[in-house]
Amino acid sequence: MAKTWETPQMVQGTGFRWSRVVVYGLLVFFASVYILPLLVMLLTSFKPLPEIYAGNMVALPRHWTVEPWVNAWTTACVGLNCNGIKGYFWNSTKMTVLAVVISTGMGLLNGYVLTKWRFRGANVLFGLILFGCFIPFQIVLIPMATFLGRMGIASSTTGLVFVHVVYGLCFTSLFARNYYVAFPDELVKAAMIDGARFFSIFWRVLLPNSGPIIIVTVIWQFTNIWNDFLFGASFSTGESAPMTVALNNVVMTSTGEREYNVHMAAAMIAALPTLMVYVFGGRYFVRGLMAGSVKG
Amino acid sequence: MASLEIDGVRKRFGAQEVLKGIDITVDAGEFLVLVGPSGCGKSTLLNMIAGVDTISDGEIRVAGMRVNELHPSERDIAMVFQSYALYPNMTVEQNIGFSMEMHKVPKPERLAAVREVAKILQLEALLKRRPSQLSGGQRQRVAMGRALVRKPKIFLFDEPLSNLDAHLRVDMRTEIKKLHQRLHATIVYVTHDQIEAMTLATRIALMRAGELLQLGTPAQLYNRPANTFVASFMGSPRMSLIPARLVPQGEALALELQRGDRPKVSIPLPPQPPAVQAFAGREVIVGLRPEAISNGSRPAGNGSGAQRQVDGQVVVIEPTGPDTLVVLNIGGHELTARLEPDLDLRPGDRAEFTLDLTNLVFFDPSSEKLIA
Repeated sequence: MAKTWETPQMVQGTGFRWSRVVVYGLLVFFASVYILPLLVMLLTSFKPLPEIYAGNMVALPRHWTVEPWVNAWTTACVGLNCNGIKGYFWNSTKMTVLAVVISTGMGLLNGYVLTKWRFRGANVLFGLILFGCFIPFQIVLIPMATFLGRMGIASSTTGLVFVHVVYGLCFTSLFARNYYVAFPDELVKAAMIDGARFFSIFWRVLLPNSGPIIIVTVIWQFTNIWNDFLFGASFSTGESAPMTVALNNVVMTSTGEREYNVHMAAAMIAALPTLMVYVFGGRYFVRGLMAGSVKG
Repeated sequence: MASLEIDGVRKRFGAQEVLKGIDITVDAGEFLVLVGPSGCGKSTLLNMIAGVDTISDGEIRVAGMRVNELHPSERDIAMVFQSYALYPNMTVEQNIGFSMEMHKVPKPERLAAVREVAKILQLEALLKRRPSQLSGGQRQRVAMGRALVRKPKIFLFDEPLSNLDAHLRVDMRTEIKKLHQRLHATIVYVTHDQIEAMTLATRIALMRAGELLQLGTPAQLYNRPANTFVASFMGSPRMSLIPARLVPQGEALALELQRGDRPKVSIPLPPQPPAVQAFAGREVIVGLRPEAISNGSRPAGNGSGAQRQVDGQVVVIEPTGPDTLVVLNIGGHELTARLEPDLDLRPGDRAEFTLDLTNLVFFDPSSEKLIA
């Protein structure tokens, strides 16, 4: 070969470079910008109130205490009720788990039909489903409220599950359809010849090979539904409110002194489930988004 | 093992007709190869036999019974796919047993059947592995096992060897032929490779653009191609097709080759059937296989008196190992000859060559169909 090419890896291996100092410096800087709010929240949630009022947000607590966490869970006032956020946490859990399972399952089934049981107008239908992804939350609020009222499921967890399933279906169908479009048709044909029918092909052949896209869909749906505030605030009242709405009511209370440590602890509790989903599923998330682009 | 009848089968996608009325009857125990260039409709036809594609018009019968409306699994057929289509989430054992599981065969019976097939295909050591842990040839054998275990009436193969490397392909080709000889199964096999078609088939159906061009034994297609397309598709290197003139010469006919400024070459022909004689005095296309030409030292063919000496000039020499392919210029036309490996010829040399005219074929230049 007349010329040897320098790959980026080779350049890195050649020793000390000022450019690398700059790169790492910037990375560290931005990482700390991103981590700072979380750090302040965590530190504040473990401090007694007087220490917080004394100032210096980033100082370590002199007296570590878990009392704000316990208070947030059991005795914090949500509006006029002072039973903590635990009830609302379970509301959110129920709503999210149900909505995620239903919307993911239906989305996978949609993707399966749209790619493996093609019918006249399948592409038009897919286009319409895709269009649903671009509908802003605010537009559906009033018609949805009317609909939930007529169905008799307004202000209930069932109603919220329904709203989230309907709204999430566009995304889950899109994900599943794009995953299954790359799934070999020959496998479906082979299963048909082997005697499998519509649901057994889905259950025995497609689903066991859908791990990456199920994880992507679950993470996407879980974070969106758990973190949703607008639908929760619009379609629930009092005891049936999800965590996000309750958190707002804890923080926005106008009576007495502001218990910043309890607020922070409540906010941390509210954020914990999505954090967990990312910690355990994050690496599959990237892998799932990449699936299909590279063979293997 | 059963017969298969394909009766006036058509396939339309909207206004486009991709199969234009196919009629093929396959007897029980026959090995039919559907061959043709890509896009000729051979895979579509196979999918229609399998039942994974709908039939627009016509009828398909297995063992005399119409199957058009039957679900694929009720047609009693098995199919081996080009990509093998093994279920990635199942072990070899589960893959082979899946159809029996779907048909609710009790587990002990199922396992016994799987083991029996695994033994035939030497897969016993691999039963607990998943497809991703197998080599290409092993996957191929599992795919065959999945078909074998069902003891179907008809086996369908959709280009099963095209994903294998050249050596393995030849080995697996032999395996498939052995399998056919042992089971006497009815097989329909799709390929675009004319060598696979020649070696495997008891009969070949050659298709182009949704039409069946010729159906016959490998020898029929090779020696008596129905038209110039079949003539050049079957055989490698391909048959030389050259325009020539049939002229009466005494009682018999002679062939005149002449193009450009080359001197005219006249070749007296052995006795010809009436259909060919009717073309006396007219232009025809003649087809001659490369192996029908030999150089002076070795007479080609069976010595039936159909040999003619001609003078030719060497244009190109291509050694392949067992043979040397030589492109000759005879009367201004180029013909390919398959000659022995160690030749004392150079490009530009003039020499005497022997043509064996036993299997010479004539085509009508206007329709390109065989004159017979």
